[in-house]
Amino acid sequence: MLKEPASHMTQPSQSKTIWQVIAASSVGTLIEWYDFYIFGSLATVIAEQFFPKTNPTAALLSTLATFAAGFIVRPFGALVFGRLGDLIGRKYTFLLTLILMGGSTFAIGLVPGYATIGFAAPLLVLLLRLLQGLALGGEYGGAATYVAEHAPPHRRGYYTSWIQTTATLGLFISLGVILLTRRSLAPDLETSIQRFNDWGWRIPFWASILLVIVSIYIRLRMNESPLFAKLKSEGKVSVNPLKESFGHKTNLKMVLLALFGATMGQGVVWYTGQFYAQSFLETVCHVDFDQSRTIIIWAILFATPFFVVFGGWSDKIGRKWIMLIGMLLAICSYQYIFKQFLNLTQPAGKTELTEQRRSLGEKTILLPKSKTDSIHLRTWEVHYTDGAVFHEVKQDTLWTDPARAAITKTATVYNEKKLDTAAYRKIVMWMFVLILYVTMVYGPIAAFLVELFPTRIRYTSMSLPYHIGNGVFGGLTPFIATLLTTIYVSDKLSGLWYTIIIGAVCFFIGAVYISNRVDPDVND
Amino acid sequence: MNQLKKWLGIVWMLLGPVAIYYLIKTAAAEISKNPVTNTIIQWAVFVIIFIPIAIGLIIFGYYAFKGEYDRLPENSTEI
Repeated sequence: MLKEPASHMTQPSQSKTIWQVIAASSVGTLIEWYDFYIFGSLATVIAEQFFPKTNPTAALLSTLATFAAGFIVRPFGALVFGRLGDLIGRKYTFLLTLILMGGSTFAIGLVPGYATIGFAAPLLVLLLRLLQGLALGGEYGGAATYVAEHAPPHRRGYYTSWIQTTATLGLFISLGVILLTRRSLAPDLETSIQRFNDWGWRIPFWASILLVIVSIYIRLRMNESPLFAKLKSEGKVSVNPLKESFGHKTNLKMVLLALFGATMGQGVVWYTGQFYAQSFLETVCHVDFDQSRTIIIWAILFATPFFVVFGGWSDKIGRKWIMLIGMLLAICSYQYIFKQFLNLTQPAGKTELTEQRRSLGEKTILLPKSKTDSIHLRTWEVHYTDGAVFHEVKQDTLWTDPARAAITKTATVYNEKKLDTAAYRKIVMWMFVLILYVTMVYGPIAAFLVELFPTRIRYTSMSLPYHIGNGVFGGLTPFIATLLTTIYVSDKLSGLWYTIIIGAVCFFIGAVYISNRVDPDVND
Repeated sequence: MNQLKKWLGIVWMLLGPVAIYYLIKTAAAEISKNPVTNTIIQWAVFVIIFIPIAIGLIIFGYYAFKGEYDRLPENSTEI
């Protein structure tokens, strides 16, 4: 943005100060992402506690909790807190979002279940989840703006990329805490899982409060952003950030460009790589619960440093092409990579150790909406020579109508697959590639967004396209992808078309309209 | 390049209504297939959220067609 005379410019922060700024901002943002993800990661357990399927109203609230917080409330949080951040300052605004997020997360861990307080339970959880979404909508823009406004111009991409690692690390920590808690509540695993499902799931929510207290302490000791402080001292703070951001054509066109040329594609690549891939492994490939999570934990561990690599690189060659090439590689290779997931988790080609085959029992259940027809299920644990262990389930439908019974065949499905070491490693490698794409599109984007907008309305202007792109387009990815697989049942990869189409449109718009220029000065 | 930006603007302007039409058509089909409250809520959320975004795409296309993106602002005095 416009260069001011040297005497008026804010001096770049000293190295020690900038690392304090990054640490304080990142820890808080990391905790917010952690808080947001544990709800998603524990959705099944939470649904059993608060949203029983037998009660239609509770089930409806469950849908609202899933949708509203992630998709509707986040952009509203961006508007509410973005406006506040441009009016009263960055420091106190994202302190407020942290308290709101930490408080509501802790409170979710305290709410008694549906069995204890009835309908009030799902209602309280829905309310707290909405507060979480609102807080998340306000946090990211503040943290990114705060770090960028402290960073020296030639290192803005590098320093803000540390903020970018927090979303992935938040997921990493949430998965780690859940797995650890799930395994450590009793000496034997089965009892431990049972206890976790009963009450242990609350521990990850309670753990949040300790992290939040530490983060609040750190953030309270921070100073206001030097650029905002300067603006305030000169009386140039925006009077109406919302009107200036979205009511004036000159700024609105940049908001639209940021959304359709960058954040929309970034959102779908992000959520496909880190969420849909995990859901695909679990629900389509039927990989064991623990393995599907450790796969993503390893991949995140190896890929996370690349946020900083690509963020730093964007200072040298520009932000645009790193983000767009990441997007292009992703949309061109998704079909191939997800096909590898399918191939690597199939029993075909494996040799069974027949002497180790073990029956796990059998049961008969009524077909949904039927009083006479049922399914008979027989389950075995099957061991293979390569070390893989799958559960084999043979399904026989027992029809009362002899004509239907005559044409029905036994179906065999495999689930709870514990993969052999070679397949496990290959899937970790492909998952790493998926997250590498995420680091390309996400690493430089904070610096890119900060440079698009002026200081006085930066928080508001960058938060909205970010949360529509990430929250709406990205957040809907797992749901729409799963929905597509239920509409086009013969193609297990049909869910990827949503990401591919949105990513392709975004790539095209970004390539044609966005500039690769790195703004030398965000002081204006 | 500016000519390409301009003519592509028409594509984005058309893509907005097409997206709205496809969304409403799919929502109606899915709701009629399974008319339970959860399905209605889910598709209503999709429609309510994506219509303003599609309108945003139309505005983006209009700006592109009018040449607003021929030269991007390089400092805040231009915003």
